[in-house]
Amino acid sequence: MNGALLNRQAKKDTGVLLKDMKESRGMKAFRIFNLAFLLVVVFLTVYPFLNIIAQSFSSEGFINSGQVNLFPRGFNVETYKLILADSTFWNNYGNTVLYTVVATAISMVLTTTFAYAIAKKDLKGRSFFIGIAVFTMFFNGGLIPNYVLISSLGMRDSIWAVVLPNAISVFNLLIMKSFFENMPRELEEAAAIDGLTQYGVLFRVVLPLSKAIVATMVLFYAVANWNSWFQAFLYLDKPELFPVTIYLRNMIAGASNTASAGSTVENVGQIAANIQSVTIVLTVIPILCVYPFVQKYFFSGIMLGSVKE
Amino acid sequence: MAIQLEVPPEAAAPSVPDKAQKPRNKPGGWKLAIKRDWRLYTLLALPLLYFAIFRYLPMAGNVIAFRQFQPGGSIFGEKWVGLKYVTLFINDPSFWQAFQNTIILGVLTLLFCFPMPIIFALMLNELRSQKFKKFVQTVAYLPHFMSVVIIAGMILQNFSMTGTVNQIANTLFGTTMNFTQDASWFRPMYISSEVWQTMGWGAILYLAALTRVDESLYEAARIDGANRWQQTWHVTLPAIRPTIITLLILNIGTFMAVGFEKILLIYNPLNYETSDVISTYLYRVGLESSNFSYAAAIGMFESVIGLTLILSANAISRRVTGTSLW
Repeated sequence: MNGALLNRQAKKDTGVLLKDMKESRGMKAFRIFNLAFLLVVVFLTVYPFLNIIAQSFSSEGFINSGQVNLFPRGFNVETYKLILADSTFWNNYGNTVLYTVVATAISMVLTTTFAYAIAKKDLKGRSFFIGIAVFTMFFNGGLIPNYVLISSLGMRDSIWAVVLPNAISVFNLLIMKSFFENMPRELEEAAAIDGLTQYGVLFRVVLPLSKAIVATMVLFYAVANWNSWFQAFLYLDKPELFPVTIYLRNMIAGASNTASAGSTVENVGQIAANIQSVTIVLTVIPILCVYPFVQKYFFSGIMLGSVKE
Repeated sequence: MAIQLEVPPEAAAPSVPDKAQKPRNKPGGWKLAIKRDWRLYTLLALPLLYFAIFRYLPMAGNVIAFRQFQPGGSIFGEKWVGLKYVTLFINDPSFWQAFQNTIILGVLTLLFCFPMPIIFALMLNELRSQKFKKFVQTVAYLPHFMSVVIIAGMILQNFSMTGTVNQIANTLFGTTMNFTQDASWFRPMYISSEVWQTMGWGAILYLAALTRVDESLYEAARIDGANRWQQTWHVTLPAIRPTIITLLILNIGTFMAVGFEKILLIYNPLNYETSDVISTYLYRVGLESSNFSYAAAIGMFESVIGLTLILSANAISRRVTGTSLW
C-alpha cells in the first residue's frame, strides 16, 4: 500500500522519494507517538467530566473511599431527585436564564451599534472612539472602585449589577468591527442611494446580512453570562436573586443550602461530593447542548477576528 | 480652508465611492461630520455612556487610594491623605508575600501555559486524518466553555484526599497527599489545572495561522532536502511567529491578573503562603475588611504594573521583531 503510493510519487519526483524513504521509519515512529500523545490529551481532558458524571450517579460510600472513576458505583439517583425537588435550585436556575437573556440582549445592542459606527472608515473621530474602547482592554479601574461605583449607583441586589457592568466585551467588539469593515461597501452605498438613512442601512441591509456574526456574538455573550458568577457574588446578597453558579459556589465553599435537605445522613460532608457533582452536571447540561454550535461558531468567529491582513 | 470649502457638495452626495476623494473628507470640520453622520454618532451614544460610567469612572475612582473613603460617601473619597495608603502597603509584609506569589505564579503560567498551545497546535497539524483532528480539537475546547466555578469544583474533587490524583499517587508511590491544604502543592495544582483548562482553546489562533502557511514553502524546503523537523523549524515556526509574538505580548499584559477568580474559589487560609496573590489579597482587605482606600491603593499599583508590562513588551517587540499590537 505504502509502496504503491511511493511508487506513484517516484514517477513525479525521484528526489523527494529518496528523502521520504530515508525518513519513513522516523516519521512512522513520530506519527505513532503523536497519535498516542493526542489520545492521552483527549482522555485527560474528558476524564474530569466523566468522573463528575460517574460521581453524580454513585452512592456516597463509594465516592468517599475513592472508588469512583469512570463509571458509577452503587448506582443512585436520590441526589438528583433531592436537588430537582429543591425550590432554591430551580429559582436560581431561572435567575441564570433571566440574567443570561437580559445581559446578552443589552450586550448585543451596545456592541452592534458601536461596532457598526466605528467600522465606518470615514467617520470623523473614529480612531478616538476605537481608542476609548481598546484602552479599557489594558487598563481598568480595578475591583474596589468598581465595587464602590456599583454600590453608590444603588445597583446592589438588583439584576443591573449583573447585566450592566460587563455589557461590552472589547474583544467581541473588535471582531464585529472587522466583520462590518469587510462588508462590501457597494451594498451600503446602493442602499443609501435608494434613500435609506444610516439607521435603515444598518437594520435593513447590514444586519440581515450579518446573521453569522450576530449568531456568533450571541453565543459568545450567552456562554459568558451563563458561566459568570463573580458579579453576582459581589453584589447580590439575597439568595432568591442568586444565579445557579452561586448556588454551586456556596456548595463548593461548604456553605451548602441543600446540606440541610440531606441532614438525615449522619455526615453531611460525606454526601457533599455527590451533591456537588449532581449540581455541576445540571448546570453544565445547557452548555453541552449548545456546545456543538458554540464551538463551530466560536472557531469561525475567532477566525473572522484574526484574519484581517 | 480652501479644502473645507470644497467639501459640502461632496457631503450632499455621500455615495461617491471614489477613493481619491477620501482624504479630502478628513480635514473637514466637526460640524460637517456631525451634519453628515449624526445618525452614526447617535448609535455611538449609548456605548460611549457605558464606557464612561462602567470603565472610565472607576479609573477616576482610583483617587480614593489617596483620599479617605467613607462607606456611603462620595465615590471619590472625602479628604486628601496623600500617600498614606501607599506607604501602608509598602510596609505590609502580607502584601509582599502576595506580590511574590503573583510574580511566581505569573512566571510559571507564562512558562507552562504559553508554549503548550503552540506545541499542541503543531502536533495537531501533523495529523493526517482531518476527522480525528476535528475530534481532538472539539474535545480540547471543552474546558474553556465551563464556568470557573465548575472548574474549581472539579479541581477540588480531583485533588481531594480520595480524588483521582491521590489514587494515582497511592498506586505509584503508596502515599497520599493533602493537595488542597498543603501550601507547597498549591502551585503544581494551580498550574496543571491551568494548562488543562487553556491548552485546547489557546491553540485556536495558532491553528488558524497554520492553515495560512504557504504550501509551496514546504515544497521548496523538501526539495532543498529539509526533513520534517527542519521544515517545522524553518518554515512553520517563522510563519506563525507574528501570532506567537502577539499572544506573548497579550499574555505578558495579563501577567499580574493571574487567575483571580479561580484562586478565590480554590484557595484557603492553609495555603495563603503560596496561593495568595495581589488580587485575592486586595479582595480580602477591601471587601472582607472594608479598607476600601487601602485596597484601592494596592489595586492601582497592580494595574499600573500591568499597563507598564504590556507597553514595554509591545515596545520591545516592535523594535526587535516589527510586530506590535498597535
